[in-house]
Order: sequence, then C-alpha cells, then structure tokens
Amino acid sequence: MATDGRSLRERLEEIRQRGISAIRSATDRDEVEQARVEYLGRSGLISQAMSELRDLPVEEKPETGQTGNRVKGELETTLELRLSEIEAAAAASAPTTSVDLTLPGRRSWRDGIHPVTRVIDEICEIFREIGFTVATGPEIESDWHNFTALNIPLDHPAADMHDTFYLADDRLLRTHTSPVQARVMLAHEPPIRVLAPGLCFRRDPWDASHAPAFEQIEGLAVDEGIDFIEFRSAIDFFVQRFFGAGTRTRFRPSYFPFTEPSAEVDVTCFLCDGSGCSTCKGTGWIEIMGSGMVNPAVFDAVGYDSEKYTGYAFGMGPGRIAMLRYRIPDIRLLYEGDVSFLEQFG
Amino acid sequence: MDVSVNWLRALAPGMQGSATELADRLSLQAIPVDRVVSVGDGLEGIVVARVVEAARHPDADRLTLCKVDAGRDELIDVVCGAPNVEQGALYPYVPPGESLPGGFVIESRKIRGEMSHGMLCSEKELGLGRDSGGILRLDGEFTVGQGFAEAMALPDARLELDLTPNRIDLACHLGVARELAPDDGPGAVPPPFDGPGWDASWADGVSEAEAGGVRIVIEDADRCNRYLGAIVRGITVGPSPEWLQARLRGAGARPINNVVDATNYVLLELNQPLHAFDLARLGGSEVRVRAAEAGEKLRTLDGVDHELTPVATVIADAETAIALAGVMGGEDSEVTLDTTDLLIECAAFDPRHTRHTARATGLATDASYRFERGIDETGQESAIRRCVELILAIAGGVADSNGLRVGSPPPANRVVALRISRIGRVLGLDLSVEEVTRLIAPIGFDTRPKAVDSDVLLVTVPGWRGDVTTEADLLEEVARRFGYDAFPRQPRSFRPSAVPDCADRGRADEVRSLLVSRGLYEARSVPFVPAGRSAESRIPLLKPLSAAEGFLRTDLIPVLLGRVEHNWSRGHRDIRLFEVGTVFGRRAGDQAELPADATPEQRDAANPFSEERRFAFVLTGARLPVHWGSESPDTDMWDLVGLVEELAEELGFGTVEPGLEPDESSERTFGFDSWLDEAVVHVGGNGGLTGVAGRVRATMIDAPRWSAPVFAGEFRLDPIQTEDQREYQSLPQYPAVSRDLAFTLATSVSVADVERTIRAAAPPLLTSVRLFDVYEGDKVEEGRRSLAWRLVFRAPDRTLTDPEVDGAVAGVVHRLEDDLDVRIRAS
Ligand SMILES: [Zn+2]
Repeated sequence: MATDGRSLRERLEEIRQRGISAIRSATDRDEVEQARVEYLGRSGLISQAMSELRDLPVEEKPETGQTGNRVKGELETTLELRLSEIEAAAAASAPTTSVDLTLPGRRSWRDGIHPVTRVIDEICEIFREIGFTVATGPEIESDWHNFTALNIPLDHPAADMHDTFYLADDRLLRTHTSPVQARVMLAHEPPIRVLAPGLCFRRDPWDASHAPAFEQIEGLAVDEGIDFIEFRSAIDFFVQRFFGAGTRTRFRPSYFPFTEPSAEVDVTCFLCDGSGCSTCKGTGWIEIMGSGMVNPAVFDAVGYDSEKYTGYAFGMGPGRIAMLRYRIPDIRLLYEGDVSFLEQFG
Repeated sequence: MDVSVNWLRALAPGMQGSATELADRLSLQAIPVDRVVSVGDGLEGIVVARVVEAARHPDADRLTLCKVDAGRDELIDVVCGAPNVEQGALYPYVPPGESLPGGFVIESRKIRGEMSHGMLCSEKELGLGRDSGGILRLDGEFTVGQGFAEAMALPDARLELDLTPNRIDLACHLGVARELAPDDGPGAVPPPFDGPGWDASWADGVSEAEAGGVRIVIEDADRCNRYLGAIVRGITVGPSPEWLQARLRGAGARPINNVVDATNYVLLELNQPLHAFDLARLGGSEVRVRAAEAGEKLRTLDGVDHELTPVATVIADAETAIALAGVMGGEDSEVTLDTTDLLIECAAFDPRHTRHTARATGLATDASYRFERGIDETGQESAIRRCVELILAIAGGVADSNGLRVGSPPPANRVVALRISRIGRVLGLDLSVEEVTRLIAPIGFDTRPKAVDSDVLLVTVPGWRGDVTTEADLLEEVARRFGYDAFPRQPRSFRPSAVPDCADRGRADEVRSLLVSRGLYEARSVPFVPAGRSAESRIPLLKPLSAAEGFLRTDLIPVLLGRVEHNWSRGHRDIRLFEVGTVFGRRAGDQAELPADATPEQRDAANPFSEERRFAFVLTGARLPVHWGSESPDTDMWDLVGLVEELAEELGFGTVEPGLEPDESSERTFGFDSWLDEAVVHVGGNGGLTGVAGRVRATMIDAPRWSAPVFAGEFRLDPIQTEDQREYQSLPQYPAVSRDLAFTLATSVSVADVERTIRAAAPPLLTSVRLFDVYEGDKVEEGRRSLAWRLVFRAPDRTLTDPEVDGAVAGVVHRLEDDLDVRIRAS
C-alpha cells in the first residue's frame, strides 16, 4: 500500500488524540492495559502505522519517523501517569475492601520464666560484675554442714531460729543455703567469690508470708585483705544496681552465728521512696538481707587460716524480693503454678 | 521483749531523745525495735474516782446506777454497763466534756431513762491494753480526784524489741538502758528503794548450806552451778504500790501481788529469774536441786499436771518436787494471800538442762528463756539483795541476816585479747587504743593494754555479756558502737573467684530458655508429696507439717500434674508448664556408723539419701492459641515426640528411642510405670536412660470432662551438654539431587528401622532422609502401610550424574527389599 508522508503523519496525529483520550478515560488497570495493547502493543495502531514507514519515499521518512516516535513517547507518558493515578486511588480506597485488619493475628503461646528465677538471675548477673561465680549444694544436708560448720551448736537456742525438717538423726533438709559456704571452702582455696541460690526448708506452716520451702541466695567472698569497708561497698554496689541508683542502704547489728560482726541490711523502701508506706510499715526501710564478716570459727571448721583470710557472707530471699518488687501479696502464689499468675511474668 | 521508756529513763538519768529516737539508736547500734507504741496519750481529762454507791438500773439488768466520788463537792450519777463495777472500788472516770484517747468526747446523756454524767472506762477504752471485759479497777494508794495519767505514771512508751539469741542481756531494762545511757554519765544504775537495806552474811557450801532454819542442797552440780536463798519472815501479801504496778504494766507484765511482782520486777530490771516459795509450805524446810524421779508428779503454777522423767530438773522439798528448776514454780508452794514467810531463790541453772526440762514439759517461760541462754552469774547476789529490799519496802517483814549460798563461786570475768591491728584488718578502721576504749567502756568493757605500746588490748568482759568470748565478738562491739553506717564507702579492687561456675546452673539455664522458647511457663513448687502410691525409695519427713506434705518427691511429674489439676480447677484448659528441681531417693547399701569426729567427706559418704536434679514438663490443650482463621487441634503424641526430639538434639543429651519397653531400673528411676500410658518415649545417652516422656494415664489425674489429653516428660539434668560442640561445615558447592521413594511394608517394621536401613545401604553421598508421607488404609494391603521418603544426595566435589544417583537408590531399594520386605510403589 502506497501512501504519502503527509497522510501518515495525519493518521498518527489522529491516533495520538484518540489514544490519549482512551488512556485518560481508563478507570482501572485493565482498561489501561487494553489501551496499551490497542495503541502501543506489538501489533497496535502505532506499530501498524510505523510499519508503513518503509513504503515512504526516502525524503519523507525522517520527519514521519520523528512524528511516530513523538506520538509513541507521548502516549507512553500519558499511560504511566494514568496508571499511577489509578494506583494511588486504589491505595486510598484500600480499607474499604473486605480485609478487617483489626482482626487478631495469629500468635504463638505466651511463655515465661518464673518471677523468682528472674530475681535470682538478676542478682547473679550483678554480682558477676564484681567477680562472683555460681555454686550449688545438696538440699539434704548433714547436721554438721548445716549447723556445726557454721558455728551453730546443735543443742543451743541459736538452732531454734531454724525449725528444721529432719530425715534421720543426722540428716536434714537444709535450713539455709549457708552450708554451700562450707562446701565451697572445703573444695577450693581462696580467692572465693560465690553465689549459691537454692531451695531451703523450715517447718513453717503455709500462710500468706510463709512456705515450708523457699528460695535463698547465699553469697560468700573470702580472700586476703577483705574488710568491713569492702563488704559495705560491695553490698552498696549491688543495692544500687538492683534497686536503682538512688537507693540507700542501712546496716544494723544482728546475729548470725557464722558471721561476726553481723549486720542486717535495709534499703530505702522502693515502693514509697522512703517516705513510709504499708509495705515498709511506715519506716521507709525494707530489710533485704542478713550479712556480716565471716566468723573465724567457720574458717577453722573448714581448715582455712583465719589469720590470713577474711571475708564476708550474705543471704537474701529472692522470693521475698520478688513479692516486694512485683507486689505479690501471698507467697503461695509463687508455688501454685497458676497459669493466670505465670502469664503476668511472661 | 517489751521495755518501758519511763523505766529506762529512771535507770539512766540524762538519757536524751524521744522514744522514737531511742528506738532508732537501739536499732542501729544494738538490737532491732519492731515497734514503738505510745501508752497513755490523751488521758489528761481522766481522773481517779470511787464508786460510793452501786444499784441496779430499774429498767435494765445489765446496767448499774453509780454514785461516783471524783473529788468534787457532790457525788455524780453515772450509769455503768460493766459487769465488774463494785461499790467502794476505784476506777478511771471521764467527766462530761472530757474525751477518751482518740478524741471521743463524753457528754451527759440519758441511758434508759436515767441521767449519766460521764463514764467509767475499761483498759481498752483508755488505750492501755486489750481487756474490754470490764472497767479498770485501780488497786493501790490513790487519791480520789487525782489525775489518772499522773497516778499511773503515764504517758509512757513501749519499745517492742526483737531479741537475737546472743543479746540475752537486752532482755531487761538495765541492759537496754546501758546501751542508751549517755557516754559521759554514770551509766545505768538501779535507783535504791525507799526501805531498809539488806547486807547478808552468807552461809556457804559446795553442795549444801543451812541458815535460818532452812537447808539448801544441790544434789547434781551439773544441773545447777549455784543456788542463793534469802529468808524473809512476817510479810503481808497484797497488791503492789501503783508505781510498781505501773512499771510492770509498762513492760507488758500483769501485776499479781507484791511478792510475785517483786520477783518479776527484778527479772525485768536485772534479767535474773527469781522465785519465791511459801516457806511454811516447804516440807522439812529444805529445798533440793535434783533430777526428777521417773514418774514423779508435779502441778505447776498454771494448773497443769506433769509426769516427769529424770531428764527434767526439779526443786524438791524433803518429800516431793515443788518446782521445775528454771522453768516454773509448783502450785503447792505458791505464795498466797496467807503467806507470811518466804524463801527467795536466785539460782544459776544449767542452760542445757533447763532446755531439756522446758522441752520435756512443753513449757517456755520468761525464766527458762533466760536460763537457756545463760544468766549473768556475777550478778546473782545483787539481784537477790534487790529483791529482798523491794519486798521489805512493799510487803514489810524482816529478812534473815543470813543468806544461803550453795555451789561453786561465781566465775571470774572473762578477759579477751583484742589486737588493734586486727581492727584494721577486719574492719578497715584505723583506731587508737583510746578510741577503742571510748567506744566500748560505756557498755561495761574494761580495757587495758597488755604492755606499753602493745598491739594487744586486754578486754574484761562484763558478766552479763556471756556472748562475747572471742576477738571477733569484740570486733562486733567496736563496729556497732562505731556505727555501721559511719564506715566509709570505698569500693576495693578484687580478685575474681577461683571457683568455677557449677555446671548444673548452666544446664538449668539452657533448659529454661529452650522450653520458654517453645511456649511453656516455668513453675516452682515445694518438693513435698503425700504418701500416695507406695514407693520404698520415698523418704518420709520425721515431723511433717501435714500428711499431704509428708514425703519428699521421687519424681517431678506428679507435682506438675498437681499444678495441672489446680489450673483445671480454675477453668484453664491449655496448660504448658515446666519445672527444674530436685528429686530424692535412698542410696543402695548400708552406710557405716559415723564417729563423732567424722570428717565432712565421711559424713557425705555416710549419707543414706540421694538427690538428683531433673527437669520435667506437661502439655495439655490446644496446640496453638485459638485463632479465628485456623483450626487449633489439641496437642498430641507427635507434638510431644517433636518436643522431646528437639530437647534431645539441642541439649545434646542423647537419642530418642520411641516405643522402647521400659525395664525394671528405668521404672524405678523415673517412676513412670504409674503415670505414663504405654505410649512411651525414652531418651538414652552414654550414661543410660536420661529421661522418659509419654501420655499421662487418665487414672493418674482428676481430669474434668472438657480437658484434653495430658503429655509429660521428665529428664535428668546432668547429661545435658553445656559445652558448645558446634563446628562449621563448608557450604555445598555443587547441586543436590533428590529422589522420592514410596513403598509398602509390614506395619510391624518401625520407621526408625527403615531409616537405619536406608542410611546403612546408601553411599556417603546421601545427605538427608526425610519421611514425608505415611498411609495405611484401603489402598494398601491389610497389615502393611505405605511410607514415602525423600532422599537427598550431594557430592562435595562435583555435580552428581543421574546414573550415579540411580545406582545409589537401586542399592537402597535392594537392601530394603531384602531386609524389610518392602514393595516399591513408585520412585
Ligand atoms: Zn515504703
């Protein structure tokens, strides 16, 4: 088919106008695609028109070719524009589609470490920073390890402080984690810095604040040159880390046969910041540990030279601390395994 | 122990500070004070009044119409509801317009038609005690119209001390006053009484003495170091004067009569337990300290009858036991209103024997508490003199000039050496001899240097500080008097611990993090269980708190099942819990008798019990939390097996052996015979059985109808590998080729056997074998099932060719056909 450049250029112009209006009037992606195929496709109107180019006289070719390319470019630009308009409109209207994203998503089971374990882990982590490692000992002890080695005579009122579960004449459920002190010293030479978390047993009937078994965490540091000042400073370090930087400590005289001097450690009440509340019975202070310098009698019992070595020891109740920290009103909740309780610590 | 602040002030004049400040000082320097209680605040308007007439209210049986003399011109009409109002007696009276403590204002008003102007009050209404059973009757010398607070030596404050076993010296007012007395004053000194003195000449004896017609015998010197006696004749028993009653009330003791009150007063002031016998009721006018005879009977003051054994120590007269030594007097020799002559006892009973006497009779008294902890044996003479002088002052009579003193002489005061250098080493304080002396001398410690410029300070310990026996004890005295809070805070450099972390702790951590990552909660429990099924290895507590907690657990699972039941009772159906804990058992074989001086190692070797660290879990309910978009079937056996496989792999503690028949020893070890169904998974390792898991037998648990099957597992902790044994494997360079293999075989052949056979038959090129389909049913012959496997081959150094892989698969198929009689369905 012979044609001249002019009429081909006119046809291209006509294609341009129709194409633009077709693209502009498209309302969705499918209609845009239809227009693309019709005008810009491999066998679309522009391709058809351009295929006639080869039949034109040589002098007509450049101008007509340029016209074709211009029309094609213009339609392509229009098409892209229209497509992005349609996509933007679709995005804007997305919530009106059938998906309700307020529906709950698919979850896995909740889980959790026991609050007492959390407290134990945290205490261990803090003391690790000042050189402590973790030790354990048996829960069934000999009376020697539980009492005698710790300077507690068996037939003495001091042993009354521990209402003991006996299993045999000389075997008992440990009343504190302190026998781990003796075991560690029997097995190792200083320097010693250990923590011993574990279960202890006392003949206390169940009530809101007593359980016949409960966790304790023992600490022991023995080396040359440890003095009361170091002891105070180490406990202060722990307290500031565990209870917060503003927390103050107060050391009071107390009595533990295995420490001398002995001290009870109070911290400013973290519930009322020391202003007095029901938890601290209005005193502003909460008792958190028993402690003291290791009694030389204990060193003698385990064969340490009490002239060469000094040390400090302390004991805390992670269960009690967990109860204070999380405001758990009843110790029995710690041991019931109630899912509604445990999930609060997940 | 309750102490009265008024009493403390009387003992240590010049003592500064409010009751709260005194309590703080005690807490920070000596002993915890649990509570400070103000006594008798707000009593300003209340006066002492006498009920002159008491008549029944015409319209109400329980009401009394009283004419009250409150020291005014006219008698006052008061209607009283108390059952104990008595004509002629004295009571506290609140006139109209005045108020009770707490601010309640009393007004004149009509009660059942009769006018009542004011009110007679009970102890409780006055805030002085708990007794609300009647109005407070005032026995003693009072003036009508006198201010009640003044008459009762009020207001006062009560300090409730939390005594530690070492500081028995603080169980009396003088001891507490010593801690609080000004350092620069005379210290704490009991003020003299308004009456005759008593300077005894002593009739001494080692085991017996006689004076004033009374004989004292110590038959068993082990049981009593010393027995002092004083005789007072011609006394009049009656109520104590108000000042004495006020003292006793202030310390929480109830006044009884002047003689008993005098002994109680000395106990609460000086810490010396004393006892007064009615001399007329002592058979043979003698007392003997001896062991009780077997079957000997005694009724104590509290009206309880005891049948004694020789463990108990008694005071006896010539015929029979009349008191439990150091614990409680007997009813038959008790002082009564008719008593005129007294024998006053001030003895030093042995702590251990007193403890045994108290335990044998189930008694714990103020006296036994002190004797068990050791009294001040150097203070007995002053205590008995104080008691005699008090009785002479308030009950009249004449004291025999001879006192009796039997036993060994009082021990000399202990001298303990204190090195100044040791203060530096243990406390970190650089104190001089003078500074140390200034700290501890005010509380009774005398100091003198051993020699000029000596490092050693010789410290004489006062008799009331039996707890101070070593240099360490003196260091505590120095430290607490210095003030624990006055120590500088100086963090010191430290050497890290030579003790390695214990492995169990790391193992427990691994278990916790793994099980938590699988959506389980950690539980903790008390390891006590009821008798339940009999297990010979189970250890009973000798004195359990209850039958439900009478034994130590031998397994964790039953305790966790208890937790499951608890959760069911709260309506939870989906329960996923684990616990890391200890189980207990008995060691095989007989243990040797231990010598008294056994080494710690021998003691451990002789332990008849064993314990083991374990972990356990329970799973029941939906596999996944309920979701609207998907089904959530219940946890089943394959969830359990999968979890066990993951545990075994990730904790490196062995291989899973499904369907293994439990043997005798594993049943005993894990006790699962009773709680697991036949579907059991064993985990074995190098050291034998490491754990079991399975479905919990329905009969083991009290399951509600809506509950799901329960799955559980229990494992030893010690086979867990905490070392990181991972090693990098180079990444594959050449493509893998996979082939699927489906065949039928007898259902009796286990999947584990098939996998083993495949692995054995294939060349090392086989990198993985995975079962992806199991079918049993119509399309397969009866007694057979179809298994489909995907085998993946890969060579580390080249691309595998099809013929190579085909050959490998053919080898596998042959072996399966030969060994397991499989029939190939497709490949
Ligand atoms: Zn508070």
